[in-house]
Amino acid sequence: MNELTPIEKTTAKDWASDQEVRWCPGCGDYAVLKAVQRTMPDLGVAREKTVFVSGIGCSSRFPYYMETFGFHTIHGRAPAVATGIKLANPELDVWIITGDGDALSIGGNHTMHVLRRNLNCQILLFNNEIYGLTKGQYSPTSRIGTRSPSTPFGSVDRPTRPAAFALGSGARFVARGIDVHKNLPDVLKAAHAHKGAAFVEIFQNCVVYNDDVFAPFTAREVATEMQLWLKPGEKMLFAGGAKGIALDLETLALKVVPGDDPAVLVHNPRNRLLAHLLVEMPGQGFPVALGVIYDDPAPTFDEAVLEQNRTVSAGKAPDLQALVSKGQSWQVEKEPRAE
Amino acid sequence: MATATHLLTPEEAHSDAPQEAVVVRFAGDSGDGMQLTGGQFTLSTALAGNDLATFPDFPAEIRAPQGTTFGVSAFQINFGSAAIETAGDEPDVLIAMNPAALKVNVNQLREGGLIIADEGEFTQRNLAKAGYEQNPLEDDSLAKWQLVKFNISQLTLDAVKPFGLGNKEALRCKNMWTLGLALWMFDRSREPIVDWLKTKFAKAPQLAEANIAALNAGHAYGETVEMGAAVKPRHIGPAPAEPGLYRTVTGAEALGLGLVAGAQLAGLPMFFGSYPITPASPLLHHLSRLKEYGITTFQAEDEIAAICAAIGASYAGQLGVTSSSGPGIALKTEAMGLAIMTELPLVIVNSQRGGPSTGLPTKTEQSDLYQAVYGRNGDAPLPVIAARSPSDAFDCAIEACRIAAHYMTPVMLLTDGYIANAAEPWKVPDMSGYAPFPVQFANGDAPMKDGKLLPYQRNDRMARPWVKPGTPGLTHRIGGIEKNPGTGDLDYSPAAHAEMTRQRHQKVLGIANDIPEQDVCLGERGAAMAVVGWGSTFGPIHQAVRRMRARGHDVAHVHIRHIWPLPRNLGELLKSFGRVIVPEMNAGQLKTVLRDQYLVDARSLTKVSGQPFRIAEIEAAIAEALEGHSPVNLRPDPAQLPIRDSGHDDGRTVREGLA
Repeated sequence: MNELTPIEKTTAKDWASDQEVRWCPGCGDYAVLKAVQRTMPDLGVAREKTVFVSGIGCSSRFPYYMETFGFHTIHGRAPAVATGIKLANPELDVWIITGDGDALSIGGNHTMHVLRRNLNCQILLFNNEIYGLTKGQYSPTSRIGTRSPSTPFGSVDRPTRPAAFALGSGARFVARGIDVHKNLPDVLKAAHAHKGAAFVEIFQNCVVYNDDVFAPFTAREVATEMQLWLKPGEKMLFAGGAKGIALDLETLALKVVPGDDPAVLVHNPRNRLLAHLLVEMPGQGFPVALGVIYDDPAPTFDEAVLEQNRTVSAGKAPDLQALVSKGQSWQVEKEPRAE
Repeated sequence: MATATHLLTPEEAHSDAPQEAVVVRFAGDSGDGMQLTGGQFTLSTALAGNDLATFPDFPAEIRAPQGTTFGVSAFQINFGSAAIETAGDEPDVLIAMNPAALKVNVNQLREGGLIIADEGEFTQRNLAKAGYEQNPLEDDSLAKWQLVKFNISQLTLDAVKPFGLGNKEALRCKNMWTLGLALWMFDRSREPIVDWLKTKFAKAPQLAEANIAALNAGHAYGETVEMGAAVKPRHIGPAPAEPGLYRTVTGAEALGLGLVAGAQLAGLPMFFGSYPITPASPLLHHLSRLKEYGITTFQAEDEIAAICAAIGASYAGQLGVTSSSGPGIALKTEAMGLAIMTELPLVIVNSQRGGPSTGLPTKTEQSDLYQAVYGRNGDAPLPVIAARSPSDAFDCAIEACRIAAHYMTPVMLLTDGYIANAAEPWKVPDMSGYAPFPVQFANGDAPMKDGKLLPYQRNDRMARPWVKPGTPGLTHRIGGIEKNPGTGDLDYSPAAHAEMTRQRHQKVLGIANDIPEQDVCLGERGAAMAVVGWGSTFGPIHQAVRRMRARGHDVAHVHIRHIWPLPRNLGELLKSFGRVIVPEMNAGQLKTVLRDQYLVDARSLTKVSGQPFRIAEIEAAIAEALEGHSPVNLRPDPAQLPIRDSGHDDGRTVREGLA
């Protein structure tokens, strides 16, 4: 980024495009859009240097509503397109907007590889555990027994956990947020501050096909009891501090203990093993781990590619004429040689 | 029928001088280094001033079991003192390094042709592996050919003895011994090979010396040992060629160089996204070494990611290029639609091979023409260009870059397994003779309305502006959804879709005004018959038409480079001929397009055996068609190049061979 050009001061409104937003009334996507638009002015990046790339699905309409550069691509392929964009111009701030079907079914392969390579970008996965745009079929994150047009008797396949998938793929930043939660902008800021592929799972409510699927931990009445907001260097407390998370040394699993138990763990976002345990917390009796679960930067793919391009080219002047003439060549004189 | 002497061009009349051409086939085990031997023999042939064409024929298996028939690797070269356009119908000389190589290749040899066999490898064990019950060198089974046998293995071991190599390493020099003999047979200088060996084994001088000793021993053997009338040195004079600097080039090399040149002429960095597949991988290998030309290569996780990353790079202002073979192109299809819909430049190289599915991964075919022209969902037109030879791939690649960048469109560049692997002499182009076609990115001059960019406002070529992310004031959104023709905003109203479909179509058709008119490359407009071809069938068609014309027949050769849009005068030209036949290595795809576009009575001559056309086959078909018979579907010819079981992807064997 050119540090000499000051970035013009903006407000959330400046990041909203003139396009009419076309999600269903009450959709969680509206809240995420607002959160992103509220976050952008604080990131210190110019609008024209920002690119939102999406695949297909409800969430993938997102780029149309941002007053930035935007590319609405094809189903599941946003990470691949984003890779080309970032390698072609590493100065761009690239955001990938995707959903549970887009990122984990049809595009699972690309999600895995963009995380493994550690492309410097932000990946916002809107998880609503359902296929919205194709009218309500179950998704790879739908729980067993989900009744949908394609599973009238309930789905039978086991769901994947997006955050665990990301960690397993080698992600160096994994966070979780909730569409309507006030903490979402902070999570987004942390994702942006992380250099490398920053994976954010956003629990997003689909009012039409899967309403309240996350209510068991997002509903106001249960929020404190069921949400564990992680903060680096702070104890893992929830239920207003009455409960905490500790490590059961016998089973090497997490357990819920009273908040004043000295065994309550302190959150260290660089601890990969802990991150695995947190994203896999079993549900019953446990809260849902939210906020920045894992944040341990590593060299990025785009930097590595550019660095190699630079190093290997150093001292070699491109000379097309020399290139085409390379190898063993011979001269043919005016007349064929008489031999 | 007119005696068409008056129709001969001056060049044709001139080329009556006695010409000599020889077809040599080196065949051995995959591990015998036949591709390497062939490659070096090719170089010495080129340096001797002969025109030439080669056909490397190697198994799909990386290292098939030793001594088996499916592990045979062969390299055929046709060289002569006149223009050579094919690798030759039948070998005159077969060099067989073991029983399996003899068995697989001997039936292709011209009757009376010469077999040189390494007797030392004709052991009971090797004979059994090749399925011989008796030693063919000892019975009369090879009587219709001339047979020369000696123990190349032992002679090589003797020659390299002073260098103290192990038995296995010493035997590896066998191919250089054989090459030495071949150089003697055709009166060639050993010097360039010696230089090459010294460079190749710079770090192991002992190996260099051993190989050079083997080379010299093979050569000396020819000079000193009386081998009978069958084996005598033969000098083939240089072929007349335009003065200038020449080198040999394979299709994959020429294509890579052409893409580099195209990107440079456009003033763009190149992004090359690819996923390994035979026979397209060599392009990725070549380009990955040329980073100083502003090339980023990306080996993606799959074919789809490869094209999508290239599209992303094009969107961000580089020239996106992706490359594959038929099955991979199929996977890229949806993304091609995205590039068509968002009108972004992209070059898609398809090195065709036999299909469907895995088909014949190492064998050539030109059966992806429908896929290129028609193979997408929706009305999704894109320009298609086909290269006819290794050296032609250079210019075709530049043309593909030019059209992509200037018309904001993906362009499909067709080549095939034969072109990718074959080598031919190439007059090194003078790059200053190529006019640059610099790209203008939208900036302050971008089409705007009420302070908003109009991303789909078209220029006089109907191309939309290329707007790089990062350009202040030009933020906008694009995508695969139908859009308003003016503003580019989402709009799937009937009028918007009808209009945008029309505009995309017209833009691509308009390219016909920016490409050359169709010419007749041999013969004349209005001839009794035109033989119309495309792609790598150029060589055999050209030679067949030349031979028929020399015999007085009124035949013309039309070769189409721009498959879509077709040249603007093509319909009218085709209608001038009495008959039109279309030889293709597919079940009749160009024929269908020509019939559809021009309502001409084009007839197919097809060959779908994974083997290139032989000149004689096309000649015979022309003769029959002139007598009023319809051309036929050619049957696979067991005596031609063999087809073996398909295997997994490769790309390595040939690269080594063309080191």
